[in-house]
Amino acid sequence: MSTQEYVTFRICDQLFGLSVIEIHDVFRPAKMTPVPLSGSEIAGVLNLRGRIVTAIDARSRLSLPPREKTSNSQGLAIGVEHAGESFGMIIDEIGDVVRLDDADMEQNPVNLDATWSSVSRGVYRLGDRLLVIMDIDRMLAGAGGADTAAAA
Amino acid sequence: MDDLLSEFLTETAESLDVVDVELVRFESNPGDKATLNNIFRLVHTIKGTCGFIGLPRLESIAHAGETLLGKFRDGALPVTPASVTLVLASIDRIKLILAHLAAEQVEPPGDDRDLIAQLERVSQGEAVAPTPRPAPAPVISAPVVVAEIAPEPEAPEGEGRWDADQGRFLRPGEVSLADLEAAFMNTEGPEVEEAKPVVATVSAVAAVVEHDDEKKGPIGVNTIRVNVDVLESLMTMVSELVLTRNQLMQILRNSADSEFKAPLQRLSGVTAELQEAVMKTRMQPIGSAWKKLPRIVRDASQDLGKKIDLQMEGENTELDRQVLELIKDPLTHMIRNSCDHGVETTEQRIAAGKSETGVIKLRAYHEGGHIIIEVGDDGAGLNTDRIRQKALEKGVIDATEAMAMTDAQIHRLVFAPGFSTAAKVTNMSGRGVGMDVVKTNVEQIGGTIDLRSTFGAGSTFIIKIPLTLAIISALIVGVEDHRFALPQLSVIELVRAGKRSEHRIEMINTTRVLRLRDRLLPLVALSDVLGLMVDDGPDDRSACIVVMQVGETRFGLIVDEVFDTEEIVVKPLSKRLGSMSEYSGATILGDGAVIMILDPNGISRSVANVERTVNRMLDEQTRAAAAAAAKAAQETQTRISMLLFTAGGTEPRACPLSLVTRLEEIDASTFEMTSRGLVVQYRGRLMPLASGGGAIRREGRQPMLVFSQGTLVVGLAVDSILDIVEDVLDFQLTDQASGVLGTAVLKGRSTEIIDVSHYLSQAEPGWAAAAVQVDVRANRKRILLIEAHPFFRNLLAPMVSAAGYDVTVASGLEEARARLAAGATFDVVLADADGAALTEVEGAQVIQMSSRRDVDAVPKSDRHALLDAIQRAIHRGEAA
Repeated sequence: MSTQEYVTFRICDQLFGLSVIEIHDVFRPAKMTPVPLSGSEIAGVLNLRGRIVTAIDARSRLSLPPREKTSNSQGLAIGVEHAGESFGMIIDEIGDVVRLDDADMEQNPVNLDATWSSVSRGVYRLGDRLLVIMDIDRMLAGAGGADTAAAA
Repeated sequence: MDDLLSEFLTETAESLDVVDVELVRFESNPGDKATLNNIFRLVHTIKGTCGFIGLPRLESIAHAGETLLGKFRDGALPVTPASVTLVLASIDRIKLILAHLAAEQVEPPGDDRDLIAQLERVSQGEAVAPTPRPAPAPVISAPVVVAEIAPEPEAPEGEGRWDADQGRFLRPGEVSLADLEAAFMNTEGPEVEEAKPVVATVSAVAAVVEHDDEKKGPIGVNTIRVNVDVLESLMTMVSELVLTRNQLMQILRNSADSEFKAPLQRLSGVTAELQEAVMKTRMQPIGSAWKKLPRIVRDASQDLGKKIDLQMEGENTELDRQVLELIKDPLTHMIRNSCDHGVETTEQRIAAGKSETGVIKLRAYHEGGHIIIEVGDDGAGLNTDRIRQKALEKGVIDATEAMAMTDAQIHRLVFAPGFSTAAKVTNMSGRGVGMDVVKTNVEQIGGTIDLRSTFGAGSTFIIKIPLTLAIISALIVGVEDHRFALPQLSVIELVRAGKRSEHRIEMINTTRVLRLRDRLLPLVALSDVLGLMVDDGPDDRSACIVVMQVGETRFGLIVDEVFDTEEIVVKPLSKRLGSMSEYSGATILGDGAVIMILDPNGISRSVANVERTVNRMLDEQTRAAAAAAAKAAQETQTRISMLLFTAGGTEPRACPLSLVTRLEEIDASTFEMTSRGLVVQYRGRLMPLASGGGAIRREGRQPMLVFSQGTLVVGLAVDSILDIVEDVLDFQLTDQASGVLGTAVLKGRSTEIIDVSHYLSQAEPGWAAAAVQVDVRANRKRILLIEAHPFFRNLLAPMVSAAGYDVTVASGLEEARARLAAGATFDVVLADADGAALTEVEGAQVIQMSSRRDVDAVPKSDRHALLDAIQRAIHRGEAA
């Protein structure tokens, strides 16, 4: 009967969920400084209340097409702490907080893309959509460091 | 860990460091009562505390050591290096046990009878065993029977006196605290020189002791121990505060009158003070990193059989403890290096006529936000040839490089990896890991290392490190819309290059270079290094070049803009970015933006390929320059800038450009005829005109060469001005009509070189004599003109003689000497500074003159200066 609260958010057309306790804050990234030579998943670095936050482009990380350059292309960022550092994951839209029963979570489908399955803990069937529960640690750890190594 | 124990460990470690230093000092100066008292007191304290918290092993060693020290103090035993080594060995043993205590919180098993027995034997006055440095390692590793802890074999119960202060019986040879204090107060050194009055010595000793007490007293009260972590977190918080302050100030600048202004300024001030104060808490005198060095030098000099004196200066120079920690090991290594390679053996020193004791000098001082640490020795210095040889053998450089490198560059090769000049490997250094490690360590903390060396007189290593790592001064530069911070330490200068500027970026194949003061500077664009897309705008747009020096590499970094210098707080990079060598961190600027801090070391690596190309090119350039210089040396006397013009004919005529003041075109209708000939109003005065050959025009525009001398100005009318050429003057014919000095081939055409003074005196008769008033009636001064070149002979001789001197011309030194030998006397000798120098002639003043303007001699082509020099020389001669 154990349940967990998840913050839902949208990246491209996919709905994702992250446990509430894993999320530090949600903010609108402003004045992002791109870091030349870094991998494409690194959106840049930015100043969040005096801390330097490394912004991760979730779309690039998940091999999704980049966001269209529209006026509100800034998007939103979910602030998380990982290994003592601050990260911001750029997402497209933030959604509701849902309470879900652990028992209802289903395993990743076996035919899920390798990148996706590595960052997915499991899937919930919501009324009309599927919610992928994100493994934020793996998400931030990078695609096997290969990208960063190549960039460096 | 037990609080009491950890307190004891910290305190004892500090005391032992002091004892180390003091003992070495004491050894070299055994009469120093204050030092001995200090050592005695420290060892005594250690012993006392050990007994108090129940550490029998430590206590018995300290006791034995103290007994020996007591004998020194009483003068019962002479102070010998061997016995001091023994005391040092017991200090080492104590340290070893302390290390075990810190790790395991109990004393290591085993006993120290060997050491204690030696100490006691020496205390009894026996000679020290020939190997005075017992290997300390076995103490821990040896599997000793644990049960056998009998630390006091020498203390039969009840035999010692009761000491009330310590609450136990005294051991043999031990004195009570009360006695000890009394001894300190009344010490009357038996080794005091007889000549001095005893009373004076006693009072002096007492004064030292009292002074010591005064100094020690308040320190204990005014200082507290603070955990380093607390300081670190304070520093972090202050850094945040500084950033927030900067942001607030930025906002304030953008808003007009605000009620926040005054309080914000207060906040700003207080923040600055707070920052400074917190920085200060992190500061430690560099002396604390030097404490171990006297001991190291002492041990090294004993091992190597050299006599070495370590002099330290600026121990109180403070720097960030983080930096201090990082600099300790490199310093130790460098000191060892100086002992081993720097200072010669005693025999070599005597043979070289030096004092037999070598000196290693350690110096620290502040210089513009940096700490400079110098490690110098007065040893043999670096052997340039041997380093060159070795570098060639090891393939560090190739033969062409070896030829082209300067001595200083060769010296710096000792920093190359895998390079060691020690002829033989000693147990201290010479294993090929050495200065390169030091260099890497120093560079890691953003410092630089360099060296000066004079063969036979010693070498000095100079380390320049930042005061603190947390806050650095950085140059903010811009490329496209990106901004980056460059650590100021690596920036040498800024150069603006562009179409209008004197500096221009030039291309060699695809490599960009800049001519900067006789050197080619390899350039890289920051946008290329960082792989930024640059719009293909015109390449000639102006750019800023940041000239940087990283180790040996000097290069220019092309950026679009340079903003300003800011004190920035360095934030470590996220691990996701940490592997990138181009960046060393990030920082938040006053406007709240995050920018990346470029790592000069990383950037310089991208320059490496560029530089190799440039180096090859430089080689060729150097060779070409050498050839040109050799050629120039031959031609230097005749190479001269000539102004080509036509006057009265189609053949070009010429005169030395240096004689001409201005070139003018004057409306001929303004010329006026006077009794003295044609004149024109020129710059507010009348200028007489002379013809350079043809007729002077009376209408249209008349090209004119203007000559001036003092207040006199004369215009020489010519038909047209052709060109200016710098060429070798090769006289073909020298005997010509008046007004012509000779004919030379300039630009492939035969050109008449005009005698300027001839034409000018036509227009202005006073020209030749007016400027320099020479008393013609008095005996004319005799001048010897030594001039190898006919052009100048012809130019100078009439000029000087027109000024009222008696001129004798010699075409060379031989001729001049012959004339002098024949008994001719001269008042002044005009000699060519460029030729074989004739610097002294008896009874005459010698004037060095030159056809070049860049040398320190009177220029031949400057008539005024030359005549002036002659006159001054005559005055000098008369005065002498």
